[in-house]
Amino acid sequence: MQDLLYFSQQLINGLTIGSAYALIAIGYTMVYGIIGMINFAHGEIYMIGAYTALIAITGLTALGIAWLPLILIVALLCAMLVSSSMGWAVERIAYRPVRGRHRLIPLISAIGMSIFLQNYVHLAQGSRNVGFPALIEGGFNFSADGAFEMSLSYMQITIFVTTLVCMTALSLFISRSRTGRACRAVSQDLGMASLLGIDTNRIISATFIIGAALAAVAGLLLGMYYGSVDPLFGFIAGLKAFTAAVLGGIGSIPGAMLGGLILGVSESMTSGYLSGEYKDVVSFGLLILILLFKPTGLLGKPEVEKI
Amino acid sequence: MTANNYRHALFCAVVTLIISFPILGLNLEAKGVKITLTGAQTSTYIAIALAAVAVFVFQAFRDSFMGVLGKLPNLNPLAGREPMEQSKRVKLESWILTGIVVFALFWPFLVSRGSVDLATLVLIYIMLALGLNVVVGLAGLLDLGYVAFYAVGAYTFALLSQYTGISFWMALPIGALLAGVTGMILGFPVLRLRGDYLAIVTLGFGEIIRILLNNWTSLTGGPNGIGGIPEPTLFGMEFGRRVKEEGNTSFHETFGIAYSGEHKVIFLYLIALVLAVITALIIRRFMRMPVGRAWEALREDEIAARSLGLSRTAVKLSAFTIGAFFAGFAGTVFASKQGFISPESFVFLESAIILAIVVLGGMGSQLGVILAAIAVTILPELAREFSEYRMLIFGAAMVLMMVWRPQGLLPVRRIQITLKKQE
Repeated sequence: MQDLLYFSQQLINGLTIGSAYALIAIGYTMVYGIIGMINFAHGEIYMIGAYTALIAITGLTALGIAWLPLILIVALLCAMLVSSSMGWAVERIAYRPVRGRHRLIPLISAIGMSIFLQNYVHLAQGSRNVGFPALIEGGFNFSADGAFEMSLSYMQITIFVTTLVCMTALSLFISRSRTGRACRAVSQDLGMASLLGIDTNRIISATFIIGAALAAVAGLLLGMYYGSVDPLFGFIAGLKAFTAAVLGGIGSIPGAMLGGLILGVSESMTSGYLSGEYKDVVSFGLLILILLFKPTGLLGKPEVEKI
Repeated sequence: MTANNYRHALFCAVVTLIISFPILGLNLEAKGVKITLTGAQTSTYIAIALAAVAVFVFQAFRDSFMGVLGKLPNLNPLAGREPMEQSKRVKLESWILTGIVVFALFWPFLVSRGSVDLATLVLIYIMLALGLNVVVGLAGLLDLGYVAFYAVGAYTFALLSQYTGISFWMALPIGALLAGVTGMILGFPVLRLRGDYLAIVTLGFGEIIRILLNNWTSLTGGPNGIGGIPEPTLFGMEFGRRVKEEGNTSFHETFGIAYSGEHKVIFLYLIALVLAVITALIIRRFMRMPVGRAWEALREDEIAARSLGLSRTAVKLSAFTIGAFFAGFAGTVFASKQGFISPESFVFLESAIILAIVVLGGMGSQLGVILAAIAVTILPELAREFSEYRMLIFGAAMVLMMVWRPQGLLPVRRIQITLKKQE
């Protein structure tokens, strides 16, 4: 019983982190699916989302607003607005001019952008980590007669529910709306889609905006969950989310969700049963193994190179 | 059309405000447990407003700006000239390189101790950048975990000296070889991956090495690092005031001159200089050997190169191994110079700086890479008040280089023969 509770606790923690990773991974996978580049600066967009949310929360609290749902919703909207604008601007400045050139050129440009954004926030907000107030406290506790108590906090439930809502909304958007249909068309064949009258530049911008908005949601959620943010907050999370996207099959949206959950669970199992310090080693090791043995990921389509 | 232009310009200006105002204008400050929000200085707000206005004006009159720019007489007087003849160009480059080396030989005797120390660091970066240039510039493999091999070299020396008391001169080949072997072992499975996947895998590998160094406390000392790494000796002569090891003599007593701390710094500088020159010469030879041509051929067109009978794995692996070898070289020198190493010195940012040097210098060009290494290391020291903006400027420079001049500041011009026009 004791072991089972401990195991379920790790599972819950893993699923919580994993669903947030999935939200970030959507941004990588959609961009890769359409223009075939790794948006290295996506982790920084997520970090900026977390910072903006924290700024909004602090501002609202200072204004004397205490009603929690209002604070959260306003913070979420602010974070999404700033992150999406950032995503749009980054695409316009750093990626659009180099689109279609040799594969490494957009990637180096993206790395440059990532360093730039990291230092932008570092210079503006300082390098120290800032505490994120725990707005959602409490939770359910389950305990057997033993000493170990399994807990499922309201924060974790919030993360699950928000992720679920976002993913459902995204799926509906992609499958039902006009823009979503255009997105799918562009990811299948960019040239053909543009011949058929789809404004591909607009769709690519939309992809960056959607990815950035979801990253901002993840930024708010994980910022609250971890309890602090710093300018390097996005780097490791971005790598993890990229791993999740590759694990599920890059370019596939359900794959990103699956990959995020698997990565989150394997990470929390490592820290639960081995040691917390090696959880990053496990996820990077996982990434290397997948790329070596199944580069298309779990749900991805094989990529055929035409000559 | 114009209305549309204005709308777009307004949109861009609003986006500029949105992305700069909350992050720059509202600062989070932690006071104990409470976090407060303070406004920035008025000048920041003025700067944000000016930026938005500038974006608006530029976007609104973009077409006319571009028109004016196009009509301007070409500002670069060299743009229209005939490209220099290949043999002349190569000769000029060798003369410049020789000039730099000769100047570098006399440099330490003219300047202060601090400058010599900095120059040693520049030379280490030159070695690293030349090595990475083989991997990224010549072979076209983006390696984001290059610093891992640097760490292997440095830690090899540190650990061996700690456990077996090995000297610098023994450790130098061992560290470089071990780094090369690590490169080969890592390279063997990953080199069949496509370019951008390779970049991420090497990045992951670099992080794994750093985390291992950080957590394997019993061997590497974890975040505390390893100290007491010996300095190089000259034929058994030590540069300290007193001889530490039995059987050695000290430099100043042998030559009967007064002891000075500068001897050691200058000696280390000269070793780094010799090693950097050796690195440059070896890589220069490699570039003209069949294997060097194969690197470039595979970079330009993999399918064509393979159908001509080049082995993809062998060619890529050789580039990866040679790059790693020189990183190990540089790592050993670094460990000896610092006397103390910790995982802090081998973070991803270091890889990014070396990559920035290669990109700025013009991928593949040795002279360009050397000049870029000097510039990137020395500029922040010259303008200390800007040193905190260093990484910001690096990032921006990388983006701008990719957008405007992806071939780098001093691109390589490859040997080519063009058919003469028929009379």
